[in-house]
Amino acid sequence: MKTAVIVFPGSNCDTDMYCAIKEGLGEEVEYVWHDDSSLDGFDAVMIPGGFSYGDYLRSGAIARFSKIMPAVIQAANAGKPVLGVCNGFQILLEAGLLPGAMLRNKKLKFICKTVPLAVENAETLFTAGYKKGDIIQIPIAHGEGNYYCDEKTLEQLQEQNRIVFKYHGNNPNGSIDNIAGIINEKGNVLGMMPHPERAVDMLLGSDDGLKLFQSILQHWRESHAAVTT
Amino acid sequence: MPQLLHEPTPEMIAEEKIYRQMGLADREFDAIQELLGRKPNYTEIGLFSVMWSEHCSYKTSKPVLKKFPSTGARVLQGPGEGAGVVDIGDNQAVVFKIESHNHPSAIEPYQGAATGVGGIIRDVFSMGARPVALLNSLRFGDLNQARVKYLFEEVVAGIAGYGNCIGIPTVGGEVQFDECYNGNPLVNAMCVGLINHEDIKVGQAKGIGNTVMYVGASTGRDGIHGATFASEELNEQSDEKRPAVQVGDPFMEKLLLEACLELIKNDALVGIQDMGAAGLTSSSSEMASKAGVGIHMNLDLVPQREAGMTPYEMMLSESQERMLIVVKKGREEEIKDIFAKWNLHAVAIGEVIEEKVLRLEHKGKIAAEVPVDALAEEAPVYHMPSKIPDDYKAFQKQPVWKPNIQSPKDVLLRLLRQPTIASKEWVYNQYDYMVQTNTVVSPGSDAAVVRIRGTKKALAMTTDCNAKYLLLDPEMGCKIAVAEAARNIVCSGGRPLAITDCLNFGNPEKPEVFWQLEKAVEGMSEACVELETPVISGNVSLYNETNQKAIDPTPVVGMVGLIEDIKHMTTSRFKQAGDAIYVIGKADASFEGSACQLLLEGKASGRAPQLDLTVEKKRQAQLLQAIKKGLVQSAHDVSDGGLGVALAESLIDSGQGADIQITDDINCELFSETQSRFVVSVSEDVREDFEKIVDDAVYLGRVTDKPMLTISGNDGEVLKAEVAELEEAWKGALPCYMTKEG
Repeated sequence: MKTAVIVFPGSNCDTDMYCAIKEGLGEEVEYVWHDDSSLDGFDAVMIPGGFSYGDYLRSGAIARFSKIMPAVIQAANAGKPVLGVCNGFQILLEAGLLPGAMLRNKKLKFICKTVPLAVENAETLFTAGYKKGDIIQIPIAHGEGNYYCDEKTLEQLQEQNRIVFKYHGNNPNGSIDNIAGIINEKGNVLGMMPHPERAVDMLLGSDDGLKLFQSILQHWRESHAAVTT
Repeated sequence: MPQLLHEPTPEMIAEEKIYRQMGLADREFDAIQELLGRKPNYTEIGLFSVMWSEHCSYKTSKPVLKKFPSTGARVLQGPGEGAGVVDIGDNQAVVFKIESHNHPSAIEPYQGAATGVGGIIRDVFSMGARPVALLNSLRFGDLNQARVKYLFEEVVAGIAGYGNCIGIPTVGGEVQFDECYNGNPLVNAMCVGLINHEDIKVGQAKGIGNTVMYVGASTGRDGIHGATFASEELNEQSDEKRPAVQVGDPFMEKLLLEACLELIKNDALVGIQDMGAAGLTSSSSEMASKAGVGIHMNLDLVPQREAGMTPYEMMLSESQERMLIVVKKGREEEIKDIFAKWNLHAVAIGEVIEEKVLRLEHKGKIAAEVPVDALAEEAPVYHMPSKIPDDYKAFQKQPVWKPNIQSPKDVLLRLLRQPTIASKEWVYNQYDYMVQTNTVVSPGSDAAVVRIRGTKKALAMTTDCNAKYLLLDPEMGCKIAVAEAARNIVCSGGRPLAITDCLNFGNPEKPEVFWQLEKAVEGMSEACVELETPVISGNVSLYNETNQKAIDPTPVVGMVGLIEDIKHMTTSRFKQAGDAIYVIGKADASFEGSACQLLLEGKASGRAPQLDLTVEKKRQAQLLQAIKKGLVQSAHDVSDGGLGVALAESLIDSGQGADIQITDDINCELFSETQSRFVVSVSEDVREDFEKIVDDAVYLGRVTDKPMLTISGNDGEVLKAEVAELEEAWKGALPCYMTKEG
């Protein structure tokens, strides 16, 4: 599996994502500059965290117009796994690949800590390695992670089982329905505020995020095998 | 040049003594006239005023700073460049420096703190290093005051805003509170970077004919005279100096950082220096002076944010996120391409010339021409008078003070609630301390630990200073600051490598303050020699006074240590029920300047705790040896608040309890701040091995699986507290202050 990590000016979790895939998962990975326009040859796309374009205007609002974004949308339409973490999630929202928007954290402060997440849907290509109801320890680090959507969208997300992760216990940022991560209807675009790439090594406190990357790989292997046979 | 018509003429500057407004003394003006052989014009006097400010020239601290030991087998670069560099083996080196941003933060706390972080990061990557960690050392006044709360809240937000955005983890530091900082908070920021030996760059403008290029953000009218402002006392009028505070843009700096790290791999680069304090003036004149050359710059080519800027404004602007570089002639296009990728300016604005002058051209005329050495090297050096303060004499004569404690539990809980001792979670949860995914030990332990990817090694880092000890005895207090920093490193399993220092003092023109500075430096030097941690970089921040009242002398020590193998890494929390608990070193009555004295008496007085550097060194070496042999489960230094607080901190979040027996004087053992002490826990099966190595280990008791701290003396139980109670006191204090109105 060959994964692309998109780098925008101001991305700062690009290296972490790259290392999680290269060292944590042991798979091929390459950086793709925002000014490129093709993602041909990549099997999965990661949009890392950070402050793309300094969060000017709105988090993710400028990155969404980058030259690479049509290729990201194309990859999403083609059914390839697309994962947006933190600022990556914000960019997916701005690009319309996922519904809803981000508000400032309810206490208006940036929060960095490891928090428990509940796996709400273990049937996605990103979460097949978990069991529904698993409580996993994943770091958060954001100032604008208070996910919001209108009631109709929320109902839809709930009905279609598209809420993948919820904060367990304390909700750190005030997000609606304790949402930490959601997926698109087709099930191949996941946006989440917590950072699974920061939880792939017990030395740093948790490796609960590794299963997410392993699930993507497992899915790729299965679909790849299906195609080649 | 119509815009120049408003500038005073050389004659007016001399006659009306306009230079005084820029912080220059009459005799300094005379010296400038002598150096130039004529009267300086407005731009030129501006250049001198910033370069000869204390902030840039160290004119009063220089004679004292010479005492620092700054060399060692591992030191690759000592003081004088952007940051110091220390070898850590495998062709790698660690680069670090600490710097103050006190005055800007006092009047514009968010931007003051943010640009302090931005400036220190540039110092590190201007050496060619990738910044891997940030730390800070902060001091604020009484948290019951609304203004102090505001400063605290905004400074923390400013540090978070800059560090989080640029993606460098803020992994550690310290925050203390005392009335002496009410009007003059201290904001010291430290940055640590990693580099391969061959990539080390310096700020030199070598090679006649080479091109001087300006890279990064455009120049605006912000921060003009920032360095001058930093070199005077704060008073009621200081708020008017708000335009002297710069505005930071971490996104711009992130681009500049990535572009510069690409740049250093290009052999066209000759020299690079941050445009920090005194901006274009200091970077150009210092680079030229160090290389023994001159620089000619055409100011019309400087990227400008606003129209109609004068040479004076451009040269004195402290706009952020800019660098000055010197590149080989003919290679400018390659450099432009690197910066263009990051959407940044890279503009040729001048060249290196043989004549050792800084020559500034503007609109076809020469706006200034000044010998570079006059600016960078020939600032006056003052040997200030020093006088032993009466307070110190009185403190030395004071009889030993011992507290009268009825309920040790009550005192322990109150100590844990002191803002200086209480958990700083409220602070560090606002910092992204994990980005770059190398933070092995997060804020809250003795030292932060950052692994070095691809090796077994890790770096331990800390900042430290207990200013109350310095108030009582600056020499002893400063020795203690170095020793305590080293204790933190050792407790993490690291060997102390070197220090960077930030000397925060009052007005050195007062003999008593200058004496404090002298004595502190002597103490720091002695400790650094003994503990083999040379001073490789640093910063001096004087004039920390509000309305004539000086802060306590606060020389902050930033120390970095090397953990040779990550498996030696140790933290302060107890690990397992059944482990034996030891304290290394016995207590005596050292309550002067202690948290206990501050709590019970309201102020520090008496003789500072004494430190024997030979004992200190021996205990550190033995503990480190035991840690490296894998004999130690947890290690924590005994500092603020004494053993009681250290035990509580080792218990909180450990899920364990502890049964402690004390046979000596209970109050002394629990609350005295006797130096060179550690709390460690050791597995039962290796106790004998541990005791063989660590001479002064005193057995105290055991870690238990019941989350309760019980302490017994010869006459039975003296303290029993649930760990949850201790935790509530320790973790609840700061959030409680910060959510309270008023």
